[in-house]
Amino acid sequence: MLITIIQRDLKCVSQNLSGTIQPLGFFIIIVSLFPLSVTPESEILQRIAPGVIWISALLATLLALDTLFKEDFNDGTIDQMFIAIDSLYVVALARIISHWLISGLPLIIMCLIIAMMLHVPVHTIDALIVSLLLGTPTLSMVGSIGAALTVGLRYSGVLLTMITLPLYIPVLIFGTSCISSDLIGLNWHGQAYLLGAILVLSITLAPFATAAALRINLN
Amino acid sequence: MTSQYTKSKDRLPRRTRNSWVWFHRFGSPSYFYRMASRWGPRTGWCAFILMIIGLYMGLFIAPPDYQMGDSYRIIYIHVPTAWMSLSVYVLMAISAAIGLIWRMKVAFCVSRSCAPIGAAFTFCALITGSLWGKPTWGTYWIWDARLTSELVLFFLFMGYMALDRAILDRKTASQATAVLSLVGLVNIPIIHYSVEWWNTLHQGSTVIRMDGPSIDTRMLVPLLITTVSMNLYFVSVLFYRVRCELLDLERRTQWVKEVIHD
Repeated sequence: MLITIIQRDLKCVSQNLSGTIQPLGFFIIIVSLFPLSVTPESEILQRIAPGVIWISALLATLLALDTLFKEDFNDGTIDQMFIAIDSLYVVALARIISHWLISGLPLIIMCLIIAMMLHVPVHTIDALIVSLLLGTPTLSMVGSIGAALTVGLRYSGVLLTMITLPLYIPVLIFGTSCISSDLIGLNWHGQAYLLGAILVLSITLAPFATAAALRINLN
Repeated sequence: MTSQYTKSKDRLPRRTRNSWVWFHRFGSPSYFYRMASRWGPRTGWCAFILMIIGLYMGLFIAPPDYQMGDSYRIIYIHVPTAWMSLSVYVLMAISAAIGLIWRMKVAFCVSRSCAPIGAAFTFCALITGSLWGKPTWGTYWIWDARLTSELVLFFLFMGYMALDRAILDRKTASQATAVLSLVGLVNIPIIHYSVEWWNTLHQGSTVIRMDGPSIDTRMLVPLLITTVSMNLYFVSVLFYRVRCELLDLERRTQWVKEVIHD
């Protein structure tokens, strides 16, 4: 059932690609604003690169979150799924996974190009990829709680940002410090372990909270 | 509610009567309202008297600090508000959990009333902290771990209140904010330790802390008194807010009409 829902979501996306491409375009535009506003010098760009990449990834994830449950909630698809399988947990988990596949995974691939543009050295790429691989699923998990809480509201964009961004701070801290400690030649595995621990914790708890939030709004 | 209990009181086993009836009574809005109207003013007066005593002792009797001179005396406001900000958040989340689990309307009202008070405490802690920072650190703001996690706590309170205001249906709003506050409660320790860890990585030893030797008793006693006073003040303000919430929530019931007519 989980796989069926994910397949259905991916099929919906493949028929309407602009939903996937827009957050990616947003990501690239945000990143390219930093050299324009701060400095084009390669040394400074390299130093701020971890922060730039992570903040842009955070904002791109938030952009895709707004529509995570909304359309299906408004046209009654979520009600039907709930009736069909009697478990909002599965619906929530499936939706989180497909959200990550649609927004998180392309973002990580795009990061390889972005990293070159920000003069990140090649030996740091593995820290960058690992931190994003461990961090972005957590962003989808935690963000899905916020999306489910605000699903009944018509204009929820700013509110969703307000309640979700403070919860993203640990991922942001460990994700950026993972990359920047590799940049200055320190061991980055500790931060990666912590990111993994946060990911495990959010896999355990976040789908339940998302399901509870959906159930509250369904009533 | 009360009459039911008095009628069946004799039939209840002794253990149940002693241990849990008091808890169930808090679930009744009219009981809670009467209790809050009785204890709100009392705790308020106690807080006022203790605050005067504590501030007098702190400002006039306690000796000046050997490093910071008299500027440390803001501690008697700053530290209690900072402590309160965190414990108010925990109380908010716990009463939200009670509301979700046992479907108690009163618990949701308590949780909802905690948010603005907690935000105010957090704001006071941030303001007094930065005023204290100017003479001590030479700047109003540094990205110290404690300051930053206090700021994040302020954001969490703001998010709670924003969500509460945005959802029009009262029942949905109280349940949704309850979930949010519980998510925040899980997150607070993670945020706290990550911020502390981030700070030690970046600037560590440059942070001036007033660790030094353990605090003098003549300084500690006024601090404890103002802390107790701040707790009582919180209880008092909370009771006033909860009373308003309960009157609004139960405005169509008989007991509210009786209260209004008295």
